Amino acid sequence: MQRTSAWTPDYFHKVVDCQFACPAHTPVPEYIRLIADGRYSDAYMVNWKSNVFPGILGRTCDRPCEPACRRGRVEEEPVAICRLKRVAADNKDDITARLPAPADKSNGKRVAMIGAGPASLTVARDLAPLGYEITLFDGDAKAGGMIRSQIPRFRLPESVIDEEVGYITGLGMTLRLGERIDSLKALLAEGYDAIFIGSGAPRGRDLDLPGREEARANIHIGIDWLSSVSFGHIEKIGRRVIVLGGGNTAMDCCRTSRRLGGEDVKVIVRSGFEEMKASAWEKEDAIHEDIPILNFRVPTAFTHEAGKLTGVWFEVVRAEIDAKGRRKLVPSGEPDEHYDCDDVLVAVGQENAFPWMERGIGMEFDEWDMPKVDTITMQSTIPNVFFGGDAAFGPKNIIWAVAHGHDAAVSIDKFCQGQDVTERPPPDFSLVSQKMGIHEWSYDNDIANDRRYRVPQREKAVVLKDVKMEVELGFDPATGYKEAERCLNCDVQTVFADNLCIECDACEDICPVDCITFTVETDETDLRTRLKAPALNLDQDLYVSGALGTGRVMVKDEDVCLHCGLCAERCPTGAWDMQRFTLEMTHAGAACQSR
Amino acid sequence: MTYILKPQLHHPNLPTNARGFTRRDYEGSVSTLCAGCGHDSISSAIIQAAFELNLPPHRIAKLSGIGCSSKTPDYFMGASHGFNTVHGRMPSVLTGANLANKDLIYLGVSGDGDSASIGLGQFAHAVRRGVNMLYIVENNGVYGLTKGQFSATSDKGSKSKKGVVNHDAGIDLVGLALQLGATYVGRSFSGDKAQLVPLIKAGLAHKGAAFIDVISPCVQFNNHVGSTKSFDYVREHNEAVNRLDLIPAHASIKVDYAPGETVMVTQHDGSVLSLHKLAELYDPSDRAAALGFLQSRQAQGEIVTGLLYVDPEAGDLHDALDTVATPLNALDGAALVPGAKALDAINASLR
Repeated sequence: MQRTSAWTPDYFHKVVDCQFACPAHTPVPEYIRLIADGRYSDAYMVNWKSNVFPGILGRTCDRPCEPACRRGRVEEEPVAICRLKRVAADNKDDITARLPAPADKSNGKRVAMIGAGPASLTVARDLAPLGYEITLFDGDAKAGGMIRSQIPRFRLPESVIDEEVGYITGLGMTLRLGERIDSLKALLAEGYDAIFIGSGAPRGRDLDLPGREEARANIHIGIDWLSSVSFGHIEKIGRRVIVLGGGNTAMDCCRTSRRLGGEDVKVIVRSGFEEMKASAWEKEDAIHEDIPILNFRVPTAFTHEAGKLTGVWFEVVRAEIDAKGRRKLVPSGEPDEHYDCDDVLVAVGQENAFPWMERGIGMEFDEWDMPKVDTITMQSTIPNVFFGGDAAFGPKNIIWAVAHGHDAAVSIDKFCQGQDVTERPPPDFSLVSQKMGIHEWSYDNDIANDRRYRVPQREKAVVLKDVKMEVELGFDPATGYKEAERCLNCDVQTVFADNLCIECDACEDICPVDCITFTVETDETDLRTRLKAPALNLDQDLYVSGALGTGRVMVKDEDVCLHCGLCAERCPTGAWDMQRFTLEMTHAGAACQSR
Repeated sequence: MTYILKPQLHHPNLPTNARGFTRRDYEGSVSTLCAGCGHDSISSAIIQAAFELNLPPHRIAKLSGIGCSSKTPDYFMGASHGFNTVHGRMPSVLTGANLANKDLIYLGVSGDGDSASIGLGQFAHAVRRGVNMLYIVENNGVYGLTKGQFSATSDKGSKSKKGVVNHDAGIDLVGLALQLGATYVGRSFSGDKAQLVPLIKAGLAHKGAAFIDVISPCVQFNNHVGSTKSFDYVREHNEAVNRLDLIPAHASIKVDYAPGETVMVTQHDGSVLSLHKLAELYDPSDRAAALGFLQSRQAQGEIVTGLLYVDPEAGDLHDALDTVATPLNALDGAALVPGAKALDAINASLR
């Protein structure tokens, strides 16, 4: 097996599971240490630089980091990374002085952005301080896109949106809100140096079932309905509500219904409960608000009387694995079921829609009739038109929109400076020893045994009365500290120097999780079975040294390493060292051009 | 010194033994010895052996004297009994404990200073009496706690860290144990757990005086060129005479080696020692031959390791004294004070 190379960022980045899983590669352990230290503003700025919306994401992120968290593999639950981000946002001081200053003068390049959601705002934030003249277009009256229109206020207060959107618009840009772009051709003709399309996936899928037309007054498209609630156009719903769909939008719809007069609210979903697209914690919140989730039921017809919806028919199905191993829903043979209701919310998915994009202007479309977009440069087939967020590759989430935004900003910057957008500098990285004394480290290497703390919530009876009352209270600083101490500091890496090792076995003996083995080198498949604890998690790499004095090699399975530093403490020769890995993502600006 | 406690979190796939314990359950406090100390590897081997033998922690007594080695019982089997005696007096305290309660498993842990200098007489008498115990000497050939003087097991001609040549003859505890009548004698190296763990297991299972000399490099004061107890020197001069596997009583016996290369030795408790021969002519049942072999190899600068001698039929001190089956500390008043009638009977028999 190949010796592990410490001289590229790839190996050690992957060890930091949370950061690796985050589309924007936010340095999670770094900001968690700052939170533990009470340095909330610093923690906020680490986030702001990387993911642009710490306060918003600290309440709403899909948290790809948490299922990846190493803590979840050594005990039951991962660190509450997302809600710790909120601790930083809630407790920070005024950080306005730490934001980039608006550019002194224009660099002469004009960039238009369609849609003022998270993707466009990220591009705007990266480019505005560089002197780009930015114009943001959005059909809504306020900037924020789906963050403002689709996420209910009881999950995300408007003040947080105003604050974080304001940090970006305050960098100096022209806002043209309430202005919907209805022709790309016309916009192209206005001579912008670059156009960024971050218009989201604004079309909610409908269900074309018998009765849909007749009962239309009481059947609503989920995201449109949520947006109407957000902007105050809808304030009531019927007493009995059925939400169709199993994603996070369905969860927002049912919980919003409970606050607008829905007493008997049900979610009814085609798939099994486990396979629902909604995040586990969102399902949990819905169930907590007395909303039953009925699974394996496929809607077949809307029933109505005198133009008024009376209910929905469902076929009961079950899951079956077919010969090719695919999961299929087949009729269960049980009789169809009818559920009475006054209103139905359809939340069965959303899709991109570009009716304002003319054909024949150089934009190529793929087999699904979506614009062709390069997955790395975010560039379309019109060289100065770039995409990001849900508009690029269909519905994802805010943190992906941010990641796209950073990538698109690099491309736009390079494009406007006449450089090749495909030549993208790799991220910068560093490894710095954390040794402070013989057995002292700059980080807290004593592993906390605490189990994951729950975020406190307001009383149910109170929150169900007000659609704008935030449910979660967030961790207080004391609980935030305790939760932060659960972090294993995976960015503080175990770095091994072959030439110093005397093979005394001290590290192998002390390791609390049996990560380290000195053994004869063979191929990886065989090595994995011969370690002190078999390395069964194939997603996690093996760290392999060069040949040592006795001809053996050191093999470390990264899977459940606690980063406690005991290997380095018990090493007599300093062959092991704990070194902090930092990854500097390439963002638009001088760095992306010089490196 | 490590200041933090060893994290409680362990590998999710860590196996448990028949008692439901993981290996981690046989650990003790975090070592305060120097980083890299060979003694820590021996502690780790003891932990592994106790785990594999399914030993009940509360039935083990760990005894030690004074010195780096004698600190180590704190670093393994934290749930067992422990006694840290006066310097060099561990053997007599262990003998007394064993006389009082023969049902515990006795593990004496000592060092070259504790056993070959101040405690040499104590060591000799505990061994010759056949006290049922496993006596481990963690032998680094140097006085580490007092900053690196030669110890009684330092080889003549070896160099100290400062470059001084040792002019005294070294005591070979293995040779001594053989002469004194130990019924299980082995030597191993802290850096070779594959050899050491089975030796400890078989030693714990052995009835009678079992002795293992474990060469354990002192990284701080005796791991330099010119030392005969350094990692490099021991690795270069290690001559293992056999590889041992302990097969517990009632387990099915499987032999991996070709016939003729493996000797099976059944012990008192029914466990079987499967000895894979490495040195062609070595016979671990012949005490006198073992002594000769050791001395000839030692003269050539080789360090002979492995199971050097075993008498599977050995008895112990209690057999010699013909004590009752019940441990003496469990005898009640009625058994200890049989009354006037019994006394009269005894007196009558002596008239």
